[in-house]
Amino acid sequence: MTAPVLRLRRSGRTTQLVIRSRAGRLSLRVHLRALLVGTALLLAALAVSLVNLSSGDFPVPVPDVLRSLVGQGDPGTDFIVHELRLPRVLITLLVGAALGASGSVFQGLTRNPLGSPDFVGMTVGAATGALIVLLVLGGGGFQVAVGAILGCLATAVAIYLLAFRRGVQPFRLVLMGVGMYALLDAANSYLIYRSRLDEALAAQVWLIGSVNGHGWTEVTLVGCTVAVLLPVVLYHARHLDLLALGDEPAQLQGVPVERSRAVLALAGVGLAAGATAAAGPIAFVALAAPPLATRLTRSPHAGVLPAALMGAALLSASDWGAQHVLPGNDIPVGVVTGALGGLYLTWLLFRERRNRG
Amino acid sequence: MTKARLRAEALTLAYDRRVVVRDLDVQITDGSFTVIVGPNACGKSTLLRSLARVLKPHSGTVLLDGRAIGSYPSRQVAKQLGMLPQSPVAPGGTVVEELVARGRFAHQRLVRQWSAEDEAAVADAMRQTEVTELADRFVDELSGGQRQRVWLAMALAQQTSILLLDEPTTFLDLSHQFEVLDLCAELHEQGRTIVAVLHDLNQACRYATELIVMHDGAVVAQGAPAEVMSAELVESVFGMPCRVMTDPETDTPMVVPADRQRRRAARGGAATGVVDRATV
Repeated sequence: MTAPVLRLRRSGRTTQLVIRSRAGRLSLRVHLRALLVGTALLLAALAVSLVNLSSGDFPVPVPDVLRSLVGQGDPGTDFIVHELRLPRVLITLLVGAALGASGSVFQGLTRNPLGSPDFVGMTVGAATGALIVLLVLGGGGFQVAVGAILGCLATAVAIYLLAFRRGVQPFRLVLMGVGMYALLDAANSYLIYRSRLDEALAAQVWLIGSVNGHGWTEVTLVGCTVAVLLPVVLYHARHLDLLALGDEPAQLQGVPVERSRAVLALAGVGLAAGATAAAGPIAFVALAAPPLATRLTRSPHAGVLPAALMGAALLSASDWGAQHVLPGNDIPVGVVTGALGGLYLTWLLFRERRNRG
Repeated sequence: MTKARLRAEALTLAYDRRVVVRDLDVQITDGSFTVIVGPNACGKSTLLRSLARVLKPHSGTVLLDGRAIGSYPSRQVAKQLGMLPQSPVAPGGTVVEELVARGRFAHQRLVRQWSAEDEAAVADAMRQTEVTELADRFVDELSGGQRQRVWLAMALAQQTSILLLDEPTTFLDLSHQFEVLDLCAELHEQGRTIVAVLHDLNQACRYATELIVMHDGAVVAQGAPAEVMSAELVESVFGMPCRVMTDPETDTPMVVPADRQRRRAARGGAATGVVDRATV
């Protein structure tokens, strides 16, 4: 096989990288800026992860961390890195990526920046599932994760059915989701109210969203979710671009609209469910990662991959903050993302008002 | 018999339970510039959307190359038939060239996302619609006429032999209306089958090789404008007394509405403009 042709193509606003095999059977086009931003985000996420692996109660120098990662560390370092810190770092990366991708899918499908899974009630639904297992059935650990996944799926199906009327209108979907959010939030409060104090405390910590003390079970859970569903979403990402133009133009271009939307929605729900099952309902990442990635890549919509990388970088950074901002206090990462989310929304609304004014 | 790759048989179209088109048969002659005209709510846009497979028939079928259009994979239809929808909206921040490039979706694969043919088709479509110099502008900052040409470029990039246009001249001023129609005529001369829904009867007569006149969900006349267009037809379909003369520019039929006094006298007679709708 001959080498493929690489070519830079400038068209005014953007520079694109076009890669073609000589036979023309394979061809790709990437926006150079998106490629650079994606690479930078990946490096940032990995760098922060490295810092998270090296810092803590027993600081491990970065070179030792690297040596331990490639299997050449001493037993003590290996224990700290592999057993104590690596699962948490991996969960953070994977959950961030899953939430970013899921947010990008739902904001694209609903054509609404507020249409992310944490805003339309899906993560709250996952919480309801988890709370039922924790407080009513008295389960724990893996059972809670299963409860969260079932709760998330059930909520998504309910929203879909309620919003369905001759196909699904995106705006109805968001409205139904917001209604569902309120309903399930009330249910969650009731579940906590009727429980014993120690149970309520455990439930509340779960509700904030935390990766403290999580291990390889959770890594496997969210890892499998991402490994299976992210490719599905990436495969359909071009459909998402066309669906953004509206159902009719998308169909005219040959997108099987209803099927494509169902697949994307299911995969997006699955990603949100897997992430929530592993780390609890972490706020803000699914909401903010896609638009932040969009801003950096200067594209009209968030590509799924940049959004996922942004999610991973954001959550890693938040987890660093959770461990180090308050000295001697390892707070749940959900507190940090929640605070950042509040700031982000306020900034968004403030900017909106200033633009209008 | 004329060849017609695209046809409808016993087509009944409805929104919910409101029937808009009932039991309609129609053929789109290959290589024709067909223009569908008719009063508001006569079902012309509905018919067009169903011919483009966007609207599922309540009963009856739309046939493409002898097979029910709904039975093809979406992508295969999109390679044969394109449509310019009525006033489409691109999301904010969409760049012109990106939008036009999306017209290549049906031709692309996961591993073949931007072939030399894709690039050529997009460049061609933009040149034909004269939007090349707008390539890196945002779609939402363009004028109505420019935007219409951009969307048309997207449909052209699809490189289909059949092109449907739903009221391509709405919201355009006179010169831009003719610009779009001229472009359609050029595309027709290049061998494409064009089907357009138009409001202006005189424009329809000028550009159409075949006219389909619809009233109340049915085709009441089909044929060359010179054969079909008459004062009686316009009066019965639009409830508008008029004279049909010869367009001094093009020798095609030209509809000149009657004077206000005469129309008022006529309105005393037949009730007009009222469309009674049946339900299933």
